[in-house]
Amino acid sequence: MIRQLWARFIDPIDASLMTITGLLALLALGMMASASPERMNTQLLNISVALAAMWVLANIPPQRLMQLALPIYLLGVFLLIATALFGDIAKGARRWLDLGFIRVQPSELLKLGMPMLLAWYFDKRETLLRPVDWFLAVILLVVPVGLIMRQPDLGTSLLVLSSGCYVIFFAGLPWKVIFGLLAASIAALPLAWGLLHDYQRDRVLTMLDPEKDPLGKGFHIIQSTIAIGSGGLFGKGWGNGTQTQLDFLPERHTDFIFAVFGEEFGLFGNIVLLVLYTMLIARGLMIAANGATVFARLLAGAITLIFFTYAFVNMGMVSGILPVVGVPLPLVSYGGTALVTLFCAIGMLMSIQNNRLLVQK
Amino acid sequence: MEFRNPQESLEQFRQRLTVAGGIVLVAFAVLLARFVWLQIVQYDYFTTRAEENRITLVPVTPNRGLIVDRNGKVLARNYAGFTLEITPSRVPNLELTIDELAEVLEIQPKDRKRFKKLREENKNFESIPIRTRLSDEEVARFIARRYRFPGVEVKARLFRQYPEGEFASHLLGYIGRLSERDEVKVEEAGFTANYRGTEHFGKAGLEQRYEFELHGTSGFEQVEVNAGGHAVRTLASTAPTPGNNLTLTVDAELQKIAEQAFGARRGALVAIDPSTGGILALVSMPTYDPNLFVDGIDTQSWMDLNESDQKPMINRALNSANPPGSTFKPFMALAALTYGKRTPNQAIADGGGFNFGGHFFRDDKKGGHGSVDMYKSIVVSCNTYYYTLANDMGIDNISRFMGDIGLGKRTGVDIDGESEGVLPSQEWKKKRFKRPEQQKWYAGETISIGIGQGYNAYTPIQLALATATLANNGVMFKPHLVNYITDARSGERKMIEPQPIKAISWKQEHVDVIKNAMVGVIKEGTGARAFAGATYSAGGKTGTAQVFSLKGADVKTAHLDEKFRDHALFIAFAPAEKPKIALAVLVENAGFGAQSAAPIARQVIDYHLLGKRPNAPAPTDEEAEDSLP
Repeated sequence: MIRQLWARFIDPIDASLMTITGLLALLALGMMASASPERMNTQLLNISVALAAMWVLANIPPQRLMQLALPIYLLGVFLLIATALFGDIAKGARRWLDLGFIRVQPSELLKLGMPMLLAWYFDKRETLLRPVDWFLAVILLVVPVGLIMRQPDLGTSLLVLSSGCYVIFFAGLPWKVIFGLLAASIAALPLAWGLLHDYQRDRVLTMLDPEKDPLGKGFHIIQSTIAIGSGGLFGKGWGNGTQTQLDFLPERHTDFIFAVFGEEFGLFGNIVLLVLYTMLIARGLMIAANGATVFARLLAGAITLIFFTYAFVNMGMVSGILPVVGVPLPLVSYGGTALVTLFCAIGMLMSIQNNRLLVQK
Repeated sequence: MEFRNPQESLEQFRQRLTVAGGIVLVAFAVLLARFVWLQIVQYDYFTTRAEENRITLVPVTPNRGLIVDRNGKVLARNYAGFTLEITPSRVPNLELTIDELAEVLEIQPKDRKRFKKLREENKNFESIPIRTRLSDEEVARFIARRYRFPGVEVKARLFRQYPEGEFASHLLGYIGRLSERDEVKVEEAGFTANYRGTEHFGKAGLEQRYEFELHGTSGFEQVEVNAGGHAVRTLASTAPTPGNNLTLTVDAELQKIAEQAFGARRGALVAIDPSTGGILALVSMPTYDPNLFVDGIDTQSWMDLNESDQKPMINRALNSANPPGSTFKPFMALAALTYGKRTPNQAIADGGGFNFGGHFFRDDKKGGHGSVDMYKSIVVSCNTYYYTLANDMGIDNISRFMGDIGLGKRTGVDIDGESEGVLPSQEWKKKRFKRPEQQKWYAGETISIGIGQGYNAYTPIQLALATATLANNGVMFKPHLVNYITDARSGERKMIEPQPIKAISWKQEHVDVIKNAMVGVIKEGTGARAFAGATYSAGGKTGTAQVFSLKGADVKTAHLDEKFRDHALFIAFAPAEKPKIALAVLVENAGFGAQSAAPIARQVIDYHLLGKRPNAPAPTDEEAEDSLP
């Protein structure tokens, strides 16, 4: 009886995804114990909630997810507009909306809502895709991205933009258009530069030359590269990172936790982390390849690449090759909201895997 | 309309997945290359920088702001001194090292104890003092043998010093080593970065309340360090900005005269300028030496201070709430006029007491004072007058009026931890007691409230504020100790403007009646002996707070065991025409107010108005007569 129940309970869970995710979560706890032990309990609670959310989503079939795509998207956009009008200002940005009983960050909803909507959109288009179809998709993508960018929240808007672009890419946007767009955006860089906020420009300049302001704007990035570099091949050992333990690393339990990892476990540890993310992405792409419907395939592909984006942007910024934007290390950084979103994504992948194509065409 | 071929689009999708996988691999390869560059190729460079980090970014603690009195006399300052400090992580055998150090310079057991305690509170790589305040000779001796002690350094530091020692300690307060609880406060205030190098924090008094004004802004020094761990040169530095200076409203000389007037007696005195609320003196006796706390107080001194039955750590001026005794009477009389319960000339016949509900409330004078009007009731401190008055007024009127002049409320003075005291009222009793029969207010209880006994309990600063408000004809100013804060960088003065809390609408003729009666107390009443020969006119009132109830016993309190003796109280303002000072004095276990408290007030007022210095502590007037409630 109990065995049966247990079997029913673990049935929707994909073993390989669960193993990789579990290993990352354990690593995260280990890091937290070193960087910020007082947050261990909260992080454990966050992980439990996130796991529950993952399990729930793993049990929702992709067809049902597809039905939810449009409502979630519309709700997200509605809340974004409400935030722009009535949101709370914190640290100079209008990102939070107070609904009276709870404060929400609507942009979080669109991190998964955006790829869901576009996957739904392309699933509905059964004809050959005409330019106007692509154009409509771009409109659907640009509206929320623009709203988030205006908050301003460059990090999240880029994440949402990229997740939408992945869907469009997987839906088969012709290569010549892709290359054309790439060339055009490179040409438009100076224009984009003019549109950035001052603090955003500062971040880019800081990445290029952090030593210009070592105690101010450059402090984060200098200290995190020192942490990683001084980790060497095998690291200084768990709990022994001087950068971490002496408070030189700012935000060491959130966006900069990778620097703690690099300092205490060295290149060896970094490779383990890269391998884990590669395995996670490989598994995700496999699931995408065997998705039963256009919706399932596009969603799985885009979700998988979201993990890639998070991991690449975070490790890139902490190691000093990308400007500092607020992107956490996926499944590792402290913080409940991001953790729940990412575990939900894992849950969706599991659901798609459970409803895969059984006959290989 | 052409439909898509599912097979074809699946093929295309899988192609795109492969491309995506390729991009992922390339991107991760770039990251890997970056890691190899940082962690293998540049490893030595970053190791050096991480190593340097510990030493190179040195926060420079700013000089703490000074505290000076209204005339510029320095009450809290800093001086440079040397400490001997150990970084435990760089010392292989700590015990041995300390033993060897003890051969070079004196290290007492209490130094070792303090070091051990600090080690538990700090991290291993932090530098912890083993000896403070080294003499020049000791520094020289250590420097000559420095090579033997890696991880041990002499550091120049600034120490807080209270040059006057055991003086004004309750108002100045003290700083001590920054504790974890202090760090929480710093974090809440958003000053964590600014406190990176700070080791001290205000723990009491003005040092505590004005911590963030006094602290200043930390600077940073980038120091190049050689292989031996010693600083070679400074590469760059941002100078710290010293903390802001506090200039007090307090007159240190007056404070000193007041403290000396107490002699060996315990008690408190608060003197206020009625027209601004500026505190001229805030005394709590006995005092303690705040210098003891600066480097972390040793266990023995801490126990001595805390276990002494003199209780020197209590700030009596703000925290000793006692029945006001007869000093309550002028305010009762003013309430009677304001609420129309008495006229000044209305007299009662005092036959020696007041009978209420079968209980006889005695007057202190056998046979009573005869015919007593309002003036006489204050001058001779007639209890019977106030027993009947209280009965006529009722508790609600009394508590409304007394609450209005700030009794039983925190005054808002700029020192933390002020006591509220007790303003008796029906609501108060309801809250205070659990059992229904105790929650009820009994009319009989109002009778002793009328002469300032019973549940009444007010702090000296509340009495001083009430007296100042009376002296100022009902306009109440918030009592404060700091006159202005001088910005260390710009020299700009931030004035603490006198803040009128409220203007109570009393009739001036009523106020004049009360003031006149209080002047009578000094001229011909219970305060006359203490103020004999005064060249100014002053108003005052003596009082006695019952500490221990003597039911029915008719004994002179002076012969009782000291701790059972009543507290002596005195309130006063002077000059009567245009008061420049209003004060309240409390002398613990000293008997009558006239005996002990009034002579102290005399010395304080003499100095403030005439600049006259006494040559001995205020005398005790053993002959003085006073109203025993």
